[in-house]
Amino acid sequence: MKIKPYSQNAYTPVPSAFTKFRRNCVIWQFFRFIVINIKMTVLILKSHH
Amino acid sequence: MARVVILGGGVSGHTAATFLAKWLGRDHEVVVVTPNAKWNWIPSNIWVGVGGMSKEEVIFELAPVYEKAGVDYRQAKAISIHPEGSSDESKQFVTIEYTGQGKEGNSEKLTYDYLVNATGPKLNFGATEGLGPDAGHTVSVCTADHAVHANEKLDELIAQMKAGEEKKILIGTGHGMCTCQGAAFEYTFNVDHKLREEGVRDKATITYISNEYELGDFGVGGMHIKLGGYVTSGKVFAESLYTERNVKWIKRAHVNKVEKDRVHYETLDGSKHEEEYDFSMLIPPFAGAGIKAYDKAGEDITSKIFNPGGFMFVDADYSKGAKPFEEWDAADWPSTLQNPTYKNMYAVGIAFAPPHLISKPMKSPNGTPINPTPPRTGMPSAMMGKAVAQSLKDIILSNATEPTHTANMSEMGAACVASAGKGIFSGSAVAMTMYPVIPNYKKYEYGRDLNGTFGEIGLAGHWVKHFLHFAFLWKAKLKPFWTIIPE
Ligand SMILES: Cc1cc2nc3c(=O)[nH]c(=O)nc-3n(C[C@H](O)[C@H](O)[C@H](O)COP(=O)(O)OP(=O)(O)OC[C@H]3O[C@@H](n4cnc5c(N)ncnc54)[C@H](O)[C@@H]3O)c2cc1C
Repeated sequence: MKIKPYSQNAYTPVPSAFTKFRRNCVIWQFFRFIVINIKMTVLILKSHH
Repeated sequence: MARVVILGGGVSGHTAATFLAKWLGRDHEVVVVTPNAKWNWIPSNIWVGVGGMSKEEVIFELAPVYEKAGVDYRQAKAISIHPEGSSDESKQFVTIEYTGQGKEGNSEKLTYDYLVNATGPKLNFGATEGLGPDAGHTVSVCTADHAVHANEKLDELIAQMKAGEEKKILIGTGHGMCTCQGAAFEYTFNVDHKLREEGVRDKATITYISNEYELGDFGVGGMHIKLGGYVTSGKVFAESLYTERNVKWIKRAHVNKVEKDRVHYETLDGSKHEEEYDFSMLIPPFAGAGIKAYDKAGEDITSKIFNPGGFMFVDADYSKGAKPFEEWDAADWPSTLQNPTYKNMYAVGIAFAPPHLISKPMKSPNGTPINPTPPRTGMPSAMMGKAVAQSLKDIILSNATEPTHTANMSEMGAACVASAGKGIFSGSAVAMTMYPVIPNYKKYEYGRDLNGTFGEIGLAGHWVKHFLHFAFLWKAKLKPFWTIIPE
């Protein structure tokens, strides 16, 4: 994608090639899957009254 | 023997009904009044809207599930509540009108000891001229049928793009007072993903239009997360994703008219604009179900029980709604979800009246309100249903005199997974948690606990979303171990 200077999208961070790779890397994402599930479980436990 | 009548068998009502039926056993009655024969896992409608799932995969027949649970199921819609009874009925009751079970159009009085209003949103397409799939020009993904129609229209568009035509796609909110930006966000990126898969992304301009002050507001005033050595606003991550996927955005917009090829909108600075489109999915504003209420003498007391939007009053501090944003407080939000006038009535999920917005109220110089209204997403809605069921269990079985459980959005978190494209190896989703849902600026510098608030995009988020699809359908069908699946 081309970023046009002075356009809306010229001022936002964009992911680097490595960040994009990590987002789709099955091994890394398997690890993130576990982390996300733990974070969500903690949140659920905190929320019940 | 007590009779609990639950109006609405969606996320919050179904949760309340199934837990109550399990806890109360056959000595008491749980009645569900809901107009549809099928239950819909609404979040997956996004995938139906891009052809990633069939309608059948996101719905199931309610009758056998309620039969198994011992719930008395009435396929009907509630028309009015009579919390004091009437001249010829000493007990409190609701009037219902059947939409199925061979009794279509028949009305009936249904007495109750306890009432739970879980009627969710009325999709108020009528608020914007030309909005919606029935009387307007835009598609929707709010129901499974809408999503099937949206996918058919998208397929037609893709065929035209494959024939070399360039197309404009507009997705977002169809009114300045919409909530549910998350669904518009998800549909935007699922359409983008689908067009890439079909090899026609270069033929489309995708624009997101929203009533949010900044992208990432989502009606909860946005959120901050700790990442890469900074505490950063969600706006930055949202804009980053729109840029990465080449989606243009229009923010602070109130869509006031939709024509067959363009929308008219006003922005917060008061200026008026038009945006052309070939395919558009715009979320409607939500209203309450429009149930009326009458006292014993038959006088209309609707305004005593429901706010002007049709949402039911509960134990919130409504006086704060008239105060400026800076004076709002976490304590304004309801805990027990009990109606203050009629203590045997409760409202859960989208059906309860919030004390005020969560995002800061904004008006254009022309006096047009342009701000998201408060979302009540799946997890808080289900938690409210369960908390009220627990209170009713204690009131009915243990003679508790007050509700024993609470589900206050200022004390609970929300976990959301927003799909950005479906595919077991090519998909992605933003997985986020926020704690608490209602920002508390007195307690936390950024309104929320940064240890309980996070967000990240990736393939793992998609796996979580897909897993939740199966888990929640499993739970809603009351399959083995359904009670251990969290709300
Ligand atoms: C496209 C889309 C995607 C979404 N994605 C997510 C997501 O990913 N995560 C998330 O957390 N949330 C998501 N949501 C929000 C989520 O669906 C709602 O928060 C949730 O459904 C609210 O639950 P509820 O019980 O209040 O309302 P609903 O689930 O809508 O249930 C209300 C029920 O009441 C019935 N009813 C209506 N009128 C009457 C009447 N007069 N009498 C009796 N019954 C009546 C309706 O038919 C319905 O069955 C999404 C919403 C949409 C539209």
